[in-house]
Amino acid sequence: MGRAAPWIVLALALTFPLAMQAEHQTYYLSFASRIFIYALAATSLNLILGYGGMISFGHAAFVGTGAYVSSILLSEGVASAWIGWPAAVAASSLAALVIGAVSLRTRGVYFIMITLAFAQMVFFLVNSMKAYGGDEGLSLRERASLGLGVDLGSDFAFYYAALAALAAGLYGLHRLAHSRFGRVIQAIRENEERAEAIGFPVYRCKLVCFVIAGAAGGLAGALLASHGKYVNPNVLHWTQSGTLMMMVIMGGAGRLWGGVIGAAALLGLEDLIANHRVDWLAAIFPNYQQHASLGVGTVLLAIVLFAPQGIAGMLARKKHA
Amino acid sequence: MLELKNLSKRFGGVVATDDVTLEVKRGEVHALIGPNGAGKTTLIGQISGSLGSDAGAILFEGLDITHAAQHARVRSGLARSYQITSMFKRFTVLDNLALAVQARSGSSFSFWRPVSAEAPLFDEARTIAGEIGLAGREAVVVAALAHGEQRALEVGLALATRPRLVLLDEPMAGMGPEESENMIALLERIRARITVLLVEHDMDAVFRLADRVSVLVSGRVIASGAPAAIRAHPEVRKAYLGEDAKA
Repeated sequence: MGRAAPWIVLALALTFPLAMQAEHQTYYLSFASRIFIYALAATSLNLILGYGGMISFGHAAFVGTGAYVSSILLSEGVASAWIGWPAAVAASSLAALVIGAVSLRTRGVYFIMITLAFAQMVFFLVNSMKAYGGDEGLSLRERASLGLGVDLGSDFAFYYAALAALAAGLYGLHRLAHSRFGRVIQAIRENEERAEAIGFPVYRCKLVCFVIAGAAGGLAGALLASHGKYVNPNVLHWTQSGTLMMMVIMGGAGRLWGGVIGAAALLGLEDLIANHRVDWLAAIFPNYQQHASLGVGTVLLAIVLFAPQGIAGMLARKKHA
Repeated sequence: MLELKNLSKRFGGVVATDDVTLEVKRGEVHALIGPNGAGKTTLIGQISGSLGSDAGAILFEGLDITHAAQHARVRSGLARSYQITSMFKRFTVLDNLALAVQARSGSSFSFWRPVSAEAPLFDEARTIAGEIGLAGREAVVVAALAHGEQRALEVGLALATRPRLVLLDEPMAGMGPEESENMIALLERIRARITVLLVEHDMDAVFRLADRVSVLVSGRVIASGAPAAIRAHPEVRKAYLGEDAKA
């Protein structure tokens, strides 16, 4: 993206709710918040997957840990977001530290499988927590409260909270990518053996990177729970990890905007298929709207085949051409 | 400077290095020669720390580093280069070298400040690029370099860590005569300040550069000494140099 593009996107995002409010379209306000939250989760995965080259298939564990910790606190009467969200971030960081410390001893397919296994362990753990809804999930009476005269219960205010979190996450990733640490992480992705051979403590760097991503994923989880006022174990299911991976790969792994573009594209596509009936398609495939994932899968396939750098990569290439 | 004591490494049932005892003295160019499969690269791996050892000890400047992590060995002044070029291929020459400089200078756990603000890293990287004959090529992506240039950078990356002892694994592999001459000249320049353990098949280069030569055959050191003595050594002639070698 050019120098101006991020500012244009930000300006559009800032004014979007005003337009929606004028049109009384609260559905799309809430939908946009959901995209921001998934964009933050995908961006955090992009840090380890795209920048660090660690193909983690268990990122839902961190999003889910954040979602559950903040929800449990809310259901126990701790309403303040200033306690609930940092607690979610802390718990997810700790989970990432433990899971990363073990998983990062392995490479390749083993790493993919072990991160998946850990995430499934957390999934079953949460499933068995009967006090907090078990497999039925946990409904929240209200969203976390931010104080300061802001009512997060309104979709309008929540939209800006989600936008602020995403903007902070993106700016953080931008700074990190160009910092000393970011360069080491990308060097490790390129050639792990040589990174160690020029003196970088590869394992420790990967672990720190993993924990940062887990922390940001935890914040996304806390926002997600507050957004829907509901959390259930499916937020930790392996298909969630898969969805986040799809977002990163579709959007552009290792590119700043990859997670954002991927989340917007995937959720937007799902919404488009499910809520906007195309008559000629329906004439051929009567139930196609119930199979949105088939459409999403087709698009993903096309992107992997024709734009292996993701949508962000495709846009960047066009600009250079 | 470097002492190997009864060092061994097995891969399953295959003995790669077998009871290797060797000393590299400060300031020398010590060449390690031997036929293919003799265990030279394995030994480099053991000394640099990318491979563990099954038995024996490694002493670097008097300290036992047998179980030290590879990155810790690099920071203590022991670096290596690779026989098969191993770099950050999608990065530029300058970024490759700056990374190696960064690894040595200061903490890499800095998450906020842009590296581009750290002029000294890139100044030093440029100096090294000049030293290895890549001046003017700093902005080129490594994958686009010629083979000889990649080999020079391969050694340059090891030098950028400012080692006191450098392990060079066949730096002249696949080089033409002119490129080999450049590499020999580079090694002649650095030998005044860096001790070198040189694995090399180019016998001409070995006998021009080496102060001492050790011969590895089937994982064992069969001879170690001055180049002239090694040339004359009957076992070496039989095992490695071949009967037709001229003394």
